[in-house]
Amino acid sequence: MAKLVFLGRLEDRAGCAEMAVPAGPLADILARLDSALALDLLGERVRWALNGRLVGESEAMVLGEGDELAFLPPVSGG
Amino acid sequence: MPSLATSLSNARSSADGMTADVRLTDAAFDPAALLSAFTGRFGSAGGVVSFLGQVRGGEGVEALELRHYAPLTLPGMEALAETALARWHLEGLLVIHRHGVMAPSDPIVMVAAAARHRRDAFAATDFVMDHLKSDSWFWKREKTAAGWRWIEPRDEDFADRARW
Repeated sequence: MAKLVFLGRLEDRAGCAEMAVPAGPLADILARLDSALALDLLGERVRWALNGRLVGESEAMVLGEGDELAFLPPVSGG
Repeated sequence: MPSLATSLSNARSSADGMTADVRLTDAAFDPAALLSAFTGRFGSAGGVVSFLGQVRGGEGVEALELRHYAPLTLPGMEALAETALARWHLEGLLVIHRHGVMAPSDPIVMVAAAARHRRDAFAATDFVMDHLKSDSWFWKREKTAAGWRWIEPRDEDFADRARW
């Protein structure tokens, strides 16, 4: 299994902070999600981090066993 | 995002052995006690500048929550501090940021810089705050009578960051 992590408002969209998904091509994983959520995750302003490192936002990614892919919407700190 | 920090490197901090005190905490902190300890530690500095950010009251805000993402947030704050150390002549730098649920008037963030000369301390503090606001891995939401609402970054926050 792999894990998707939803930060900020994406957590509300997903209805959870984390989701376990079968490892495999990300395109297949996204296709099984609610389509509105998948569209949000692919949004222009959403950055991705794979196993704690920022990565390019590519649907061609394949998640392996134990991988954690985090979706990071625009930040607001301080 | 925190990539700017890596590109500017931490040469100064490694050259003189100075490291920043960078903390991410879910516990309330006492700004006066922290500042007192900081100035005590850097008594030879000619100037200390500090900034304290608190949960803004009014407008029906009952609570504020700051979320973070552990693999990125503290490492990003540390990289930001290293960038400040490399860019200005500082004797000490303190960066502390809350996460979790807070009430109006609770401290959220404090930055303090000690330097031989005040301009370095002013600039470093301002720089760190601008980047904590719009370039660090935090997500903020506030609770009013209508429920919780996520706060998006303001255009001013990006404009502030672009000054650097």
